[in-house]
Parts: sequence; C-alpha cells; structure tokens
Amino acid sequence: MYWRAPFAVFFIVVAIAVSPGKVAAQNVKLIGSGASFPFPIYSAWFKDFSKKNDGVTVDYQAKGSGAGIQDFTNRTVDFAGSDAAMTDEEIAKVTDGVVLLPVTAGEIVLAYNLPGNPKDLKLPRDVYPDIFLGKVTKWNDPKIVAANPSLKLPDLQITVVRRSDASGTNFVFTKHLSAISPEFAKEVGSGTTVQWPKSDKIVAAPKNDGVTATIKQTPGAIGYIEYGYAKLTKADFALLQNKAGQFVLADTKSGQATLATATLDSRLRGWIEDPAGPDAYPIATFTWLLAYKKQDAKKADWLRKLVEYCVTTGQSISDSMGYIPLPENVVAKIKTASAQIQ
Amino acid sequence: MAANAFEGAAPRGAITQPPSSNEYLTDRGFRLLTVCGASLIILLVGYILWKIGGQALPAIYRYHLGFLISTNWNVADQNFGILPEIWGTLYSSILALVIGGFFGLTVAIFLTQDFLPLRLALVFRTIIEMLAAIPSVVFGLWGIFVVIPAIRPIANWLYDILGWIPFFGSSLSGPGLLPAALVLAIMILPTVAAISQDALNLVPYRTKEAAYGLGTTRWEAILKVMVPTAAGGIASAMVLGFGRALGETMALAMLIGNSNQISLSLFAPAQTLASLLASHFPEAGAIEVQALMYAALVLLAITLVVNMMGTAILTITQRRISGRS
Repeated sequence: MYWRAPFAVFFIVVAIAVSPGKVAAQNVKLIGSGASFPFPIYSAWFKDFSKKNDGVTVDYQAKGSGAGIQDFTNRTVDFAGSDAAMTDEEIAKVTDGVVLLPVTAGEIVLAYNLPGNPKDLKLPRDVYPDIFLGKVTKWNDPKIVAANPSLKLPDLQITVVRRSDASGTNFVFTKHLSAISPEFAKEVGSGTTVQWPKSDKIVAAPKNDGVTATIKQTPGAIGYIEYGYAKLTKADFALLQNKAGQFVLADTKSGQATLATATLDSRLRGWIEDPAGPDAYPIATFTWLLAYKKQDAKKADWLRKLVEYCVTTGQSISDSMGYIPLPENVVAKIKTASAQIQ
Repeated sequence: MAANAFEGAAPRGAITQPPSSNEYLTDRGFRLLTVCGASLIILLVGYILWKIGGQALPAIYRYHLGFLISTNWNVADQNFGILPEIWGTLYSSILALVIGGFFGLTVAIFLTQDFLPLRLALVFRTIIEMLAAIPSVVFGLWGIFVVIPAIRPIANWLYDILGWIPFFGSSLSGPGLLPAALVLAIMILPTVAAISQDALNLVPYRTKEAAYGLGTTRWEAILKVMVPTAAGGIASAMVLGFGRALGETMALAMLIGNSNQISLSLFAPAQTLASLLASHFPEAGAIEVQALMYAALVLLAITLVVNMMGTAILTITQRRISGRS
C-alpha cells in the first residue's frame, strides 16, 4: 500500500546506516542502488566479484535511476547506477566529486505477439513511432503490409504495452522516438515518464517483466522491453529500420555497431539517439555506474578493482545475458577514468 | 503509583480480602500498558498523516483543488492531476465490493446456517481464509495468465453485440478494469466472508429457533431474521473489504492497464491511486514526490470517508434492528 514505499526506504536507510559500521573493521561492504535496466548483469557481476574476493561484499538495489541518483547525492550508498548518467546540476550537488563510468550497454527491442507467431516482422522508421502515438492501429495497416510482403498479417487491433513505472528504458526509448519523429517529440516528448496518448489500446504494465508478460498474454500486442528479457522469454521482436534505411535485428553485433557510433564527452556521457551506421541497431544505450572521487581509501581501492573486473572479466558474460560487450576504446577510457576514484 | 486505597480496609477474619498491593500494581500497570498501546496507534496514524501532509503541502499550495479534477499526469510540464485515478479507484473497488461482497456473504451464510456438518464448514472456512495468505503479486500473475485469457472471448462478444452500451464500449485486449475488479473481488472475499461468518455466528441460535417456532421456512429464517440481525457485522465486513480494495496495489498495477483516462467501459484500461503511487514513487523527482504525497493524502481521505460512512450505516441499521429510533 502507499505507506510501503516510505517504510521500505526507511528500512533500507537503517540497513545501510547500521551494516557497514559493524563490519568495516574486518570486511569491505560496498552498497549501491539505482537503475533496474542493468540489474541482471550487475547482480551476476557483483555476486561473482564477492565470491572471488574474500571479505568483500557488493550489494546493489534496483530502485530506479532517479532513486539511485538521490541516494548517491545523499551519500547513503557507496556507488549508484543510472541509465541517464547525471546532469551537470546533479553533479554539482555532490561535494566529493563524481566519476561516471559507462560499464555496460543494452538494446531495447519491440516485442510483439501475433497469431501464428510470424517471425522477422519488419517495422519501418515512419511506422513504429506512429504505432506508439496510437495512429497506426491495425496490424494489417497498408504501411506494415508493404514492409512485410511475405507475412500474412491479421486484421487485428494493435495493443501497445508501455511501462507504467518511470524508468531508464522509457527515457532511452522515447528519446529515440522523439529523434526520428517530430510528431512524437511534440505530442509525447521524452523522459523517464511521459504522457502517452490516451487510448483504450495503450495499456501499461510495471517493470520489464510485467510488460513482457502482458505482451505474451495479449494477441496483437507490441511493446518495448530490454533485449535481455526478450531473449530470456523467447519473445518475438521486430527488425527496425535504422537511419541508413536497413532493417536490423537486435543482437550483439548490431549493438556493437551502434555503440561504435557513440561519442562520449569528457565525463564519459553520451546518448545514441539515432545511430548512423548501416548495421547499427537503432535503440541502444550505455548505462552508468556512479562513483565518488573521494572516499575511504579501502573502499576506493575495492571500487577500482570492481570497475576493473566489470570491464574485463565481466564483459565476457554480457553477450549471454543480453547486454552488449563494450568496445575497446570505451574500456580504455573507463580504465583511465576509474583512477579518479580515490 | 497511587497509594493502595484498600490498605487496612479488610475486616478481621473475613473470607474475602482486599487486593494485595501486588495485584493492585499489576492492575494499574496493565491499564497503563493498554492506554499506551492505544495512544501509540493513534499517535502513529497522526504521525503518518503529519508526515504525508507535510510533504504534500507544497503540492497542495501549487495545485489547490484543481489537482482533484485535472486529468493530466505530466512530469515534463509538472502538471499533475488525479481525477482518472480517483475514478478508477472507486470504480474498481465498488465493482469488486459488489462481486466480492455478494459471494462473501453467500459463503458466510452457507458455512454458518447448518448447510454443512460443522467440521466440513471449518475446512471450508480455512480454505477461504488461505486466500488471504496469497501474495498480491501472485494474484496479479494469475490475473494475467488465467483471468484475462478466460474472460477475453466473453468480453469481446459482449462488445460486439452490446457495444452501444457504454459499459461494454470497448474491446478487451488485455489488462483492463474488469479483470482487475474480478481479481480484487477474490482478494477481498476472505475478509468479507470471515467477518460475516463471525457476525452470523454471534447471533444466538435461539433467535433462529424462535423464528422457526413462529413458522418461518429456512430461507425466511436466514434472510429475514439471521442476516438482518447480523447486519451490523456484515456491514463492517463490507467496509473492511472495501477499504482493502481501495488500498490494494500490486495486483492492480499489473492488471488494470495503468491508463490515465476516464471511461465507463468495463473493458477499457484504467488507473488507481495506489497503483499510481507504486509505479511512480521509485523514480520520482522532488516535485513529483510532492504531487504523489498529495495523491496519497487523497487516498487516505477516501478511505476515511468510506470508513465513516460504514460506521454511520452500522449505527443506523443497529438502531433500526434494536427498535430504537
């Protein structure tokens, strides 16, 4: 119920306040919170890292990027995760300095559920923003049929499934749609939560798993989820037309092609709104680990080791978990930047 | 502690004794403990109200009562309103109460009015109460995987032939008001059934025997004597069930479709206050949190009004039954 959230926060704060003090003498405990987008891979990494290093425990709570940044600013955590990195204003609020590290990256796919499970549905650039605007409402819309001459598309209403909670996934997806469709930018815009068009055929479900389950149970549904979830649940997802006009399927290779087009600023921030490469999958993003520049020497030491682990050993499981292994140049940049954690 | 007033009051050689100072202390101590417990609860409610109210205050100043009638929830423009949420909360809860209340009362009658051997009734009762132990999220998943596919054909058939009636004015694609209300009805069923059973059990059996003695049939005895006599308890069962429905979060967030719109259609997606709070809290910025706190305050107010109405109904029915007016 509605008082659960403050209570949960209260308990977490108590847990955070109590636990490190007791064990710090012997062990190192790193506590983080934030984005849920990278949670599956973070939890795998941190578990493995804790196992390999005796006396070191890394805990991560997937509360959402916004909450992560808030915890980070209030110094209730040792590090945080955010899909939207941090803005300059947010960075200015942290007196101990911030290091932003894009330790992993992921793709967002458009999963669909059609009777007969037709594979490899192609969605052109001018069509999928219109689907999410509620303007293309039938699966046998001439524009979709024209792009998929080999598929038999039913006379079925399109049910759009969106995220009900605020999320980094929303942020990345709406940013992309706004970049390729001026109308979407004007009517919906971009952000972690946006005002979607009001329609009986646009429904919302909580979190990636909620959206996935709703798509799977609703004939005629389409929705955006992380590639990892689509892979895990074997959902069908569409090939999207990129800036170069090619229809590209989300996978590791096309994701890497997308990351290659990214330009990172001096703080290692950079969003890929509409990648230009011919093989690039249109919707992909980095997700950032936030660390303080100044802290307890022992914690800083282990944080650097953790980052080192994430960008080297950690990257080998990216592929199987549905994330994109980082390009070499980004790894090198992260290694340089992580030296700032002191 | 006050001095023992009974000290030295005992007449010599009496069989009875005044309470010893030990008993006296225990009695006073226990009384103090209960007073503390009771006032702590009131303090806690006050504290929650004060906390939520305090955080909601900036939003109350900013949006005034327009918050209650605006239909937007736009973080980018910081333009917030909760009319669709109020509508969805009341609509789904009332629907759930009608369905769950009906079945809950029926079950209670079935289990208390000698339809079943006592032991079997106990087994049934336990099974129904087990429903209350199922986590909300499991109900949500069950709704997605079982209820929605089951009612979709019926709903869409109704839409096809009766679509001109506003209640069936849209087709059911997946999540929507009806599946949410159905699952909600099942979730409040144990509350309604258990308290109604207690209320019916409290009616002295002789009342029923007297009714039979006056020549009533079984159904007349149940519907015209037993149920009205237990009406107070049954009404409070309904109020508690309704309260539970108002605050239910997770299952609804999964089933109602979270669409910020007002529609009479049972098959259209809607949104509730609790579900809005649950889905927006984790990522909310400072101003949105204030708006959410305002929404939480409204939910509290709705619950309060419902409880007060319930108490009022209770008082009136009891007065009527006991013959005083």
